[in-house]
Amino acid sequence: MTALLSLQSVSKRYGAVQANAGINLVVDPGSIHAILGENGAGKSTLMKLIYGVESPDAGVILWKGQPVNLSSPAEARALGIGMVFQHFSLFETLTVVQNIALIVPGRKTDLARRIRTLGDEFGLNVDPEAMVHALSVGERQRVEIIRCLLLNPELLILDEPTSVLPPQSVARLFETLRALQARGVAILFISHKLEEIKELCDTATILRGGQVTGRVDPRGHSAKDLATLMIGRAMPPPLPATVQAVGEVRLELSGLDFVNDDPFGVSLSDISLRVHSGEIVGIAGISGNGQQELAALISGEVVQPGDMIRMLGHAVGAVGVAQRRKMGFAFVPEERLGRGAVPEMSLADNALLTAHGAGLVQNGFIRRTPERAYTAACIARYDVRTPGPEAEAGALSGGNLQKFIMGREMMLEPKLLLVSQPTWGVDIGAATDIRQRLVAMRNAGAAILVISEELEELFQICDRLHVLHKGHLSPCLPTHATTVEEVGTYMIGAGKSPEVAA
Amino acid sequence: MKISFIRRERASRTAMLVAPVAAFACAIVASVVLFTLLGKAPGQALYSLLLEPFLTWYNFSEVLLKMAPLLLIAQGLAIGFRANVFNIGAEGQLIIGAIAASALPVWYPQGDSAFMLPAMLLMGAGAGMAWAGIAALFRTRFNANEILVTLMLSLIAAQVLNYLLLGPWKDPHGFNFPQSVMFPDAALLPILLPGTRVNISLLFALIASVLASILMRHRFAGFQLLVGGLAPRAARYAGFSEARAIWVSLLLGGLAAGLAGAAEVAGPLGQLQRSVSTGYGYSAIIVAYLGGLNPWGIVISAFVMSVIYIGGDNAMVSADLPIAAVWVFQGLLLCFYLAGLTFIRHRVSFIRKAKP
Repeated sequence: MTALLSLQSVSKRYGAVQANAGINLVVDPGSIHAILGENGAGKSTLMKLIYGVESPDAGVILWKGQPVNLSSPAEARALGIGMVFQHFSLFETLTVVQNIALIVPGRKTDLARRIRTLGDEFGLNVDPEAMVHALSVGERQRVEIIRCLLLNPELLILDEPTSVLPPQSVARLFETLRALQARGVAILFISHKLEEIKELCDTATILRGGQVTGRVDPRGHSAKDLATLMIGRAMPPPLPATVQAVGEVRLELSGLDFVNDDPFGVSLSDISLRVHSGEIVGIAGISGNGQQELAALISGEVVQPGDMIRMLGHAVGAVGVAQRRKMGFAFVPEERLGRGAVPEMSLADNALLTAHGAGLVQNGFIRRTPERAYTAACIARYDVRTPGPEAEAGALSGGNLQKFIMGREMMLEPKLLLVSQPTWGVDIGAATDIRQRLVAMRNAGAAILVISEELEELFQICDRLHVLHKGHLSPCLPTHATTVEEVGTYMIGAGKSPEVAA
Repeated sequence: MKISFIRRERASRTAMLVAPVAAFACAIVASVVLFTLLGKAPGQALYSLLLEPFLTWYNFSEVLLKMAPLLLIAQGLAIGFRANVFNIGAEGQLIIGAIAASALPVWYPQGDSAFMLPAMLLMGAGAGMAWAGIAALFRTRFNANEILVTLMLSLIAAQVLNYLLLGPWKDPHGFNFPQSVMFPDAALLPILLPGTRVNISLLFALIASVLASILMRHRFAGFQLLVGGLAPRAARYAGFSEARAIWVSLLLGGLAAGLAGAAEVAGPLGQLQRSVSTGYGYSAIIVAYLGGLNPWGIVISAFVMSVIYIGGDNAMVSADLPIAAVWVFQGLLLCFYLAGLTFIRHRVSFIRKAKP
């Protein structure tokens, strides 16, 4: 049997980074093939090569035994390769069928009928006439998959498809993928979630540092084995978050309402939560359910007068970012470039951005020596891989910059810390380190609020959880007394009504 | 073959130094073509444009005289430009500064107080600030675009100048020319270089350059402005006030332009006249960008621009060039330089399409 797709010693280099080195990969027809690797292992680069977004520096790509040279995604689609990206490429102001007609030829009425047929066949139900902005993330993903399927692909690539889905939708996606497999469509499934791969895939190719470190049948291996192949050592042990007595309330939201002017933004309604000294509170939920709005209101980037937000003993509704920070508040935003850091500036100047109060400025003059020392300490303590404090922030990889920003904020020893997506794009080793430091800060009495999409992470470090869904906050769920399933129920808005829970 | 721009990992130092020189060379080549098409001798035109300003002490002193207002205004504007606050109306702030400074000598034409001149300079600077402050108020209060507001305020300022010179401030013994009385000696700036018209406003401009350099390199306030310009969301995240950046940028720009206006009427003009507005406020925008918005780069670009001004005057006489040709030369210089800037942060990559 000829392999559907086969890669022989494919390499790709970006500047100083060898993203892929001598990759060999064989995908058989009708198989669900996992590409497993940490962030930065080279998964995305590899998919871009297969989908014709980038061209390899060396090596051969064979499609059904014939060498091919793809120079654009259109050529890949013509061959029969479809791809669903992690970040959807849909126009929110158009309907489903209008979006699909942009790529798939055919009359709209005809397309709408085919969309319904495919929906029934593969469990991808979505209304062709619905506006995309009104769809949930899961529905949007279905639109993306349908758009690929209408072109009759023989290979479908899915980049981290479950990272945006609540647990319930994941099961449904898997059913769809199995139905596709039964029709003979091969699937490349990119992920770093071991349990999912064990459940779904029949082959796994594992990448580490741009190289293939293994090709296994994941059903025959434990998650621990897979993790060892993926990160080169055993999975770090979970953090023992010992229960401890909490202190005074450091952040209190009481009935916070926020009406968003942006038609595609999220409004918040009746959000109430408390964060005490000595505890970590987590906010679970899929991005785009009001996380950004909530973070901006707590940080003071969006100011809303009133006393619905109390911080460190003061009502801070009308108080700006600078004063909140002076009171002992620190914040790590989810966007690093352009918000958490200025890409064109050196790391030293980026330290100055928020750490200016730590003796880096005197009488309005910048003190270069302490600025350098602070930056160097942050680089050393938080294992930031960079030539030094003079390096431009924009030149750092996402994970390294995240470590730098986390370090900069944590070194301020805040009384209240808000962290949005603490370990996005950070490798497992560094992620564990960041989590351990968060727990250490908690043990030392800091109040920490973590907003994250990673349930595993939240369960590891948080004392209590809330779930944010469409601008509503679930009741408080103590981590030791709740389950992933219960949190998942709230993530899709099917939770118990607050009255019952309270 | 595909040509694409790829962002460099860090700004190229070589490109930073080469860009202005290359822009200058390209502008010369393009203008040679242009002058030839106009039927003028390009050699003669370039000789008067670029060399004659250096050939006599008088010409060179005129270069320094032109340089003072250009440098002063450009330093003020560059601070705002780096903070993404675009004050395009320095010309208007200059006019209002000149008018405010003229008030004292117009009202007291026989005045001989030693405080007259300092008071004039303060009034000029203050009026320039106030005029720019209107745009800051509109921007922070009503979110009105400062580019439009400053530009339109310039047109208003020009009309105020016309009104005063044709009406209440017209010199009664001035044969109906639209100009004020001649200022008394107490209202004139001391000459810096004896035997020339260069006055101490050149010192003001150089001091402003030093202050601008300190602000942007060593002061935390300057750092906040830079962050606001490079990454507005990072500035908001860090708690740097956007309104403050707008006010500081516009007020400093207005101060510099107003002071330059005062120095014009108290310097080479010696009275308030229409020719106080010769476009320094607009040329200073070019000067600021040619200097890479860097305080020391601006000193060089202000000098180069002044040479072209004086050279342009010469070229009109000795090479019979129209003044528009000089403006075109300035425009070419700016265009080529801005194009050159792209190469500081990007490199060109030629991707040959591989054969299957």
